[in-house]
Amino acid sequence: MSKAIKKVMAEFLDEEAKKNKDIVVLCSDSRGSGGLGDYAQAHSDQFVEVGIAEQNLVGISAGLASAGKRPFAVSPASFLSTRSMEQAKVDVAYSHNNVKLIGISGGVSYGALGMTHHSATDIATMGSIPGLRIYFPSDQYLTKALMKELVQDDNPAYIRIGRNAVEDVYDDGKLDFSMDKAVTVKDGGDLTIIACGEMVYEAKKAAEKLEAEGKSIRVLDMYCLKPLDKEAVLKAAHETKGILTVEEHCPYGGLGAMVAQLTAADKPVMVHSLTLPDAPVVTGESADIFHYYGLDADGIAMAAREML
Amino acid sequence: MDLQAKAIDIRKDIVTMIQRAGTGHIGGDLSVTDILVDLYYKQMNISPEQLDDPDRDRFVLSKGHCVEALYAILADKGFFPKDELVTYAKYQSKFIGHPNNKIPGIEVNSGSLGHGLSVGVGMALAARMEKRPYRTYVVMGDGECDEGSVWEAAMAGYQYKLDNLTAFVDRNRLQISGTTEQVMAQDSAEERWAAFGWNVISISGNDMQAIDDAVDLAKHTKGKPTVIIANTTKGKGVSFIENQVAWHHKVPTAAQAEAAIAELNERKAVL
Ligand SMILES: [Mg+2]
Repeated sequence: MSKAIKKVMAEFLDEEAKKNKDIVVLCSDSRGSGGLGDYAQAHSDQFVEVGIAEQNLVGISAGLASAGKRPFAVSPASFLSTRSMEQAKVDVAYSHNNVKLIGISGGVSYGALGMTHHSATDIATMGSIPGLRIYFPSDQYLTKALMKELVQDDNPAYIRIGRNAVEDVYDDGKLDFSMDKAVTVKDGGDLTIIACGEMVYEAKKAAEKLEAEGKSIRVLDMYCLKPLDKEAVLKAAHETKGILTVEEHCPYGGLGAMVAQLTAADKPVMVHSLTLPDAPVVTGESADIFHYYGLDADGIAMAAREML
Repeated sequence: MDLQAKAIDIRKDIVTMIQRAGTGHIGGDLSVTDILVDLYYKQMNISPEQLDDPDRDRFVLSKGHCVEALYAILADKGFFPKDELVTYAKYQSKFIGHPNNKIPGIEVNSGSLGHGLSVGVGMALAARMEKRPYRTYVVMGDGECDEGSVWEAAMAGYQYKLDNLTAFVDRNRLQISGTTEQVMAQDSAEERWAAFGWNVISISGNDMQAIDDAVDLAKHTKGKPTVIIANTTKGKGVSFIENQVAWHHKVPTAAQAEAAIAELNERKAVL
């Protein structure tokens, strides 16, 4: 099965808005991209359109939160994580306003639209803001479990989701979710692959290929980039021979960098990172781009074989 | 309460605070003082007993660098003990050079210009959604209106017909590098805000009665937000600081501070 995470998000917000009048969704002329057209119609009194103005989107959200509302600011991740980064820093995180920033069409979802529309730096930028948590959910089930936690807590967060339908990583009802703890998608002892967002599914497929070759691969779904599940990383560093990280993000300040920084200090181990390049990416659909940079199951398996 | 006398006392506290700490934005503090005094001592429903009152009026000092004026007022109103202000800008003090909501009475952090009006729009929208009677006040500088985000917020205020939102522009015609007209022209501020659909009231911004009347008028204006263009004098009340670009954040010497306080005392004596 597969499902677009934005659809899961929209259904979730619709359900929550019915139960809780404090839920407010804000869009920056992005309700269509966010799959929130129906929400906007059904909950017009819990929806705010700000037009193409991301700074205003985040500032208004902060004001709503300051007055006790639970705003979800939904805007393309490319703009949300850069254009309105200062509002996220000052009005949301620094002022302790409970805004959930939902970056839609994240990473290279907008493939051929080019670098303006890609968000390949958002772990680095948003993650550098003190007090702002960062989540990259992997599939429909993880997204729902994560959102159930986030809708109740009182702290701000940035959540990046992709545009396309993503294959299920988990079987329905089988996800063992604990907030801010990496999910062990597969256990294994030879090598650990740590992935986030859409890369988790590719990592799982890669591990299956390697298992067929007789290798034992651990796969961790690190949807919680900040706070990073340090315990799971260090456990992998102790118990397996190396760590391969996979992320739809630039080489700097992302998952690989964080894992390397942590293990270098506490348990040095071989860490290799698969990332997007430090450059505009090739033109193509997400799948083409992933393939080109070795971010698909074949590329991940190849990198893993080199480490083993 | 004699608001004019109060404004002079607050100005004295500002001069003392900045001279003692060796830092602060004295010019803008002195230009915005009368606006803050009218809001805090007359118009706004805010007190230290109402910190969590959902119906309290909301205040955002978007020109956050003029925090010394706000500190002097919050201390005087009892939001925190006045003697805590001796730590202003000192090592490990919570009283930093811009508003910080760790301090009782401050709603949101500011300091980077062009943020406050958007936040105020959010607060005003929340009041409408919750059917609460509170009003939201945002005070901006005129140099601050160089920021494009101010105008994003202005569009939203008009779009949502936020008549529970009142903004001030402290129109002292100076910013750090020179006059506003030299740096980035603002004239006519009135026409610009009117073109964005706001109810515009242009006043003599250091005239307490004019400020108070304008705030009353804003309260009675329905269907759109109000901006009060307060034509002020930067450094108001201390003749050698008034209207001098150099006094944006210059720190008075002990002798200058003494002279400033002497002049403020004289002004108070002839009220
Ligand atoms: Mg000015």
